[in-house]
Amino acid sequence: MIVRQVLSRLLQALPTLVGVAVLVFVLVRVVPGDPIAMMIAPGASPDDIARLRGLYGLDRSIPEQFAIWAGRALAGDFGTSISLRQSVMSLVLARLPSTLELAVFATVIAIALGTALAVFGVRHRGRLGEAATDAATGFALSVPDFIWALLLMLVFGVLAPLLPISGRLDPSVDPGFVTRFYLVEALLRGRVAVAGDLVAHLLLPALALALPLAAMIGRVLKSSLAEEMLQDYVMLARVKGFSRWRIILGEALRNAAIPAVSLTGVQFTFLVGGTVLIEKIFSFPGIGNLAIDAVINRDLPLIQGLILVFALMFIVINLGLDLVYAALNPRLRHG
Amino acid sequence: MTVLDIAGLSAALHGGRPVLRDVSLVIGEGEVHGLVGMSGAGKSMVARAVLGILPAAVRLTAGAIRFQGRDLVGLDERGYRRLLGRDIALIPQDPLSALNPSRRIEAQMTDVMRLHLGLSARAARDRALVLLNEVRIRDPEAVLRRYPHELSGGMRQRVLIAISFACEPRLIIADEPTTALDVTVQQQILVMIRGLQRRHGTAILFVTHDLGVVAKVCGRMSVMHEGMVLEQGAVADIMAAPGHAFTRALFAATPRYDRPVEALAPVPAAVLADIAAAAQAFDAGRPC
Amino acid sequence: MVRAGMFRLLANWRVALGGFVVLVFVVAALGAGWFSPADPLEQDLMLQLEAPSAQHLLGTDSLGRDILSRLIHGARVALAVALVAGILTALLGTALGLAAGYLGGWPDMLISRAVDIWSSFPPVLLSVILVALLGTGLHSVIVAIVVIDWTRFARVMRAETLKQRHMDYVDAAVVGGLKPGAILLREILPNVLPLFVVLLTLEMGIAVIVEAILSFVGLSLSSDVPTWGGMIAEGRQVIYQAPWIIALPMAALLALVLGLNLLGDGLKAELDPVLR
Repeated sequence: MIVRQVLSRLLQALPTLVGVAVLVFVLVRVVPGDPIAMMIAPGASPDDIARLRGLYGLDRSIPEQFAIWAGRALAGDFGTSISLRQSVMSLVLARLPSTLELAVFATVIAIALGTALAVFGVRHRGRLGEAATDAATGFALSVPDFIWALLLMLVFGVLAPLLPISGRLDPSVDPGFVTRFYLVEALLRGRVAVAGDLVAHLLLPALALALPLAAMIGRVLKSSLAEEMLQDYVMLARVKGFSRWRIILGEALRNAAIPAVSLTGVQFTFLVGGTVLIEKIFSFPGIGNLAIDAVINRDLPLIQGLILVFALMFIVINLGLDLVYAALNPRLRHG
Repeated sequence: MTVLDIAGLSAALHGGRPVLRDVSLVIGEGEVHGLVGMSGAGKSMVARAVLGILPAAVRLTAGAIRFQGRDLVGLDERGYRRLLGRDIALIPQDPLSALNPSRRIEAQMTDVMRLHLGLSARAARDRALVLLNEVRIRDPEAVLRRYPHELSGGMRQRVLIAISFACEPRLIIADEPTTALDVTVQQQILVMIRGLQRRHGTAILFVTHDLGVVAKVCGRMSVMHEGMVLEQGAVADIMAAPGHAFTRALFAATPRYDRPVEALAPVPAAVLADIAAAAQAFDAGRPC
Repeated sequence: MVRAGMFRLLANWRVALGGFVVLVFVVAALGAGWFSPADPLEQDLMLQLEAPSAQHLLGTDSLGRDILSRLIHGARVALAVALVAGILTALLGTALGLAAGYLGGWPDMLISRAVDIWSSFPPVLLSVILVALLGTGLHSVIVAIVVIDWTRFARVMRAETLKQRHMDYVDAAVVGGLKPGAILLREILPNVLPLFVVLLTLEMGIAVIVEAILSFVGLSLSSDVPTWGGMIAEGRQVIYQAPWIIALPMAALLALVLGLNLLGDGLKAELDPVLR
C-alpha cells in the first residue's frame, strides 16, 4: 500500500518537474547575456563564435533546443558544463552527496535542538526555565543564518579554534571511499577517526543552518505541546502514575509533533536552499557552492541541471513528509 | 475497614473565593458512594483533590484526605505517582478524549501494569486480554491492535474501565463515567461497573449529576451544592425520605423516561438562596 | 496630535533604540565624505592588516585600505539598497495585495495563487538564480529582492484590505457614491498605511541581508565599491591572521539589521491598536 502511495505521488510530481524544466530552459535563453562570450578569448573571429554556438546547439530555435536537451536529459545526459568542461551529471553526482549529508545533519540537529527547547520549556512552564527558552528562541530567530554562520566561524573556528572552518575533510586524510557519502560510509566501515573528522567539518555549517530552524521548531512545538498537555489523555496518564517526563515524551510529544513536522518539511526545502550560501561561506564542496560558481560563470547547462536537481529534491522531500505524517497520525493511515 | 476518609476538606481559589466548604465523607471497603450535585457544585473538585490533580488556581485550605489511614494532603508528586494507577484509579468522564489518539489500545492498557506491577510485556498483554473479557469486549485480540478512533464510544469506555481495574486498586474515582454515552450504552456500562466492583471488592467514589444512576449503583450518597455537603446517608433512606429541600428539588428535576423533559422543575430560588446564605455564613466564620 | 504621537512612539524602548541605531547609520552614510578619515579605495601596501591605531582607527585590510572608511561607505550601499529595494518591494506587493483584497474574484485568485507558489521557493536559491539570469550588479540585486519579497506585502495587505473593506466607513463611502478607485485611495489606503510602514521597516532589514549575501558571494557590485558583504568575503580570506577584519563588517551588518527589526517590531506593537 505504501509503495503504491509513493508511486502515485511520484507520478503526480512529474508534471511539476517538466514544468520547472521548461520554465528554466526558456528563462535561461530569453535573458540577455551570452554565455559563449564568456568562454572565448577576446578577438575571436565571428566564425569561431558561430562554431562554438553550433557545438553547444545554441544556433537552433528554442523549441528545437529544448527537444534535444530534454531527450538527452531523459537518457541521463544533462550536457556539458561550459566552465568546467565536464558532464553536468557527473559534476552533480560528485557534489550532491556532501550537500545531502550537510542538509540531513543540519535537520537532525535542528529537530533535536528544537524538541529539547520545546520539551524543556513545557516542563518548566511558568518558571524561569520557560522564560530562558523563550528568550533563546527569540534570539536565534532574529539573527539570519548568514550571520549565524559567520559568528559560529569566528567564535568556534578562530577565537577558540576548536573546529575547522572550511572544507569537508582534512586534506591530509584520503579515505579512499567508494561512495561520495563519506560520513555514511565511514560509519558503516567503522572508520571512527575519519567519521570524527567529517563531523567536525560538518558541525559549524550544520549549526548555522540548524539554529534558526531549531528556534522555529521549538516555538511551534512548544505551543502545540502545551496544548496537548491540557488534554484528557494526559490527565489520565498522570492518574496512571506516570512521571511528567514520561508523559511529555511518551504521550503528548507524538500528538504535538504534527504541526512541527509540517513546518520542518516546508523549512527543510528552505534549508536545502540555504546550503547554497552556507557552503560558500565554509568552502564546503557541495552543489550549493557549485551553483554559485555556475552562476558567476554563467554556465547555462550546469545552472539548468542544478535547478532540476534542486526541484527534484524538493519533490522527494515533500513525498517523505507525507509518509511521516501517515506514520504519526494513525487516523490518516486508515483512510 | 475504611478506604477513604475525607474530613473537613475546604479549598479556595488563589483569590480567596472558596470552592469546597468543610466536605466530609467516608467510604468503606467495597462500598460505592455517590457524590451528587449540579455542575459547579464542587463534586469534581473533591474527586480531583483525592487524585492530587487540582487545577493550579485551587489550593486546599483545611481538612484531610485519608486513604487507608494515610493523609494525602501535602503528599508530593513522587508519593502520588506510587499511589495513582495502583491503589487509586480513575474512570474518566469523556471516553472520546481520554485515550491517546496515537497509541494502540495494547500500549495504553499494558503501560500501567508494567509500571506498577512490574509485569513483562507478555504477561501484561495476557492480563489485558483477561480484563477486556471482563468488560465483555468481543475479540479482545483484535481490539488490542486498534487505535482509539477505530472503536465506538461505548467500547472506549469499556477499555478505560478495564484500565482502571488493571492493578486491582482499592479505590476507583468514577467521574461521570456514563454522561458522554448513549442512553442504551449507559445502562450496560453501569451494570458492568457494578458487577466488576462487586467481584473485585473495589470501593468507588461515583461522581454524577444523575440521581437515577446513583439509585442503580450506589449504596451511600452525598448531595453537594456550593461546595458543601447538604445531605449524606444510605441511598435507600434518602430516596424514601429526602431530608434537605435541595435534594427533594433535585429528585423533581431528574429526567425519567416516564416524564417529559418539559416537566422538569428547576430548584426553587428560595432553596438556592438558603444554601448561598449558609455558604456565606460559613465563609464569614472562617479566618482566611 | 502628531507631536504627541511621536512622543508616545519614542517612549517605546524598541522604537527608540532601533531608531537610534538606524539613525546613526543613516547619518554616517549621508555624511560619508566628511566622516571617513581616509579614501576607502586608497591602498597602502606597506600597511597591510594593521591592527587598530591612531592613524587607522579600525585598522587596515589586506590591501592596506582604511577599514573605518570602508565601513562608512559600505553603509551607503546597504542603506541605498534597503531603501530602494524596500520601497519598490513594498509598492509592488501593496499594489497587488490591495488589488487582490479589494477586487476579489479572479484577480484575487490569480494573485493569491502566485503568492503561494512564490513563497514555496527557498529565497536564497531563488535570488542566486535570479542574479544568474539578470547578470551581476546592484540593479540585479534590487530586482531580485523585489521579485522575491513582494509576496510578504501582498499577503498581509490583502488580508488587511479584506478586513478594512467590511468596515462601516467603506460601506458609507460606497453608499455615498465614491468610485472603487477613489475608495481604495482615499479610504482604505490611509488605514493600511501604519501596517505599510511596519512591513517596510522589516523589509529593509531583509534587503540589507540579501545585499550583503549577494555581495559576499560576488554577485553584487564589483569589488572596487566597498560593501559590507564584500568586506566580509575579504575578511574570510585572512580570518586567522586578522579576525577583526571580518568581525567589523559583521558587527555593522548585525547592528543595522537588528536595529531595523527592533524598530519594526516596536512600531508594530505601537501601531497595532491604531489598526483595530
